[in-house]
Amino acid sequence: MSLGPYASFIVTSYALVALVLVLLIAWIVIDYRSQRERLRQLDASGVARRSGRGATELT
Amino acid sequence: MSIARWASPDYQDVMSLIDLANPTKFLALTARVLPWLAGVTAILLAIGLYQSATAPDDYQQGATVKIMFIHVPNAWLSMFVWGVMSLASLGTLVWRHPLADVAAKAAAPIGAAFTFLALVTGSLWGRPMWGTYWEWDARLTSVLILFLMYLGLMALWRAVEDPSRAARAAAVLTLVGAINIPIIKFSVDWWNTLHQPASVIRIGGSSLDSAFLVPLLVMAIAFTLLFITLHLAAMRNEILRRRVRSLQMMQAQARAA
Repeated sequence: MSLGPYASFIVTSYALVALVLVLLIAWIVIDYRSQRERLRQLDASGVARRSGRGATELT
Repeated sequence: MSIARWASPDYQDVMSLIDLANPTKFLALTARVLPWLAGVTAILLAIGLYQSATAPDDYQQGATVKIMFIHVPNAWLSMFVWGVMSLASLGTLVWRHPLADVAAKAAAPIGAAFTFLALVTGSLWGRPMWGTYWEWDARLTSVLILFLMYLGLMALWRAVEDPSRAARAAAVLTLVGAINIPIIKFSVDWWNTLHQPASVIRIGGSSLDSAFLVPLLVMAIAFTLLFITLHLAAMRNEILRRRVRSLQMMQAQARAA
C-alpha cells in the first residue's frame, strides 16, 4: 500500500486518533477501578448504603 | 388501576423505562450490555480500518482521501454528542430524570475528544489539500467554538462540588450552546468557506463513490458504537462516584454524631 507524497500526514492522523482513543479508554477503565477501590474501602470501614446493601455491590 | 391497563404492552413499556431510571437497575444493565457492545465495536472498527486501508486513491486527492475515513466520523460525533447532551439537559430541566445529568456529564469529555480529533485530522488533511493547516472560516471556527464549549462545560462540572446543583447550570449552558450545531452544519452553505459542502447526507443522494462511501459508513457506525460503549461506561463511573460521595458524607455525619 503506497501512501504517496503526503504519507506523513495520513500516518500522523491515524496515529493521533489511535492515541487519543486509547487514552480515553484507559482513563475510563482506570476511573472505574478507582471508584470500585474507594467503595471497597468504604465497605471495609463499615459504612452501609441506605438500602442496606454493601457499597461495592453493583445492584 | 384496572388489571387490563396494568397488563397492557404500553404500560409495561413505560414501567421498563422507569426501571431504567433507577441507577441501580442501570448498573445491572450496563454490566450485561457493555461486553457485547465493546466486542461489536472492535469487530466493526477492524472491518472499517481494513476497508479504509484497501480503499482506492482519489483521482484528485490521492491517498490523502484516507484521512476522510477518520475525520468525518469524528466530526459527525462532535455534533451528535452535543445533541445527546442537549436531550439529557431537557431530561434534567423538564422531566428531572435521575440519570439525565449523569448522562450529560459523562458525555462531555468524550465529545471533547471527538471534536479535538475532528479539528486535528481536518488540519492535517487541509495542509496538503488546501495549502494551510488552519483558516478562520465559518466551518473551522464554529467547530473550534464547539470544542471550547465542551471544555467550558467540563470546567463548570468541576467547579461546583454538588453534582445536582451543577446539573441545572450545565443543562442551561448545553441548551444555549446547541444553537451552534445548525450553524456548524449549514456554515458551508451560508458562508463562503474553504471547507467542501455536504457530500454524504444531501438532497439528491451521496456524491461519494461507493468505494469511499462504504468504508466511511462502516467507520461512522463503528465510531458511534464506540461512543455508546464509552458513554455507558463513563455513566457507570459517574454513578459509582456519586455513591462514593454520598457514603463519605454519611460516614462524616456518623463521626460527627
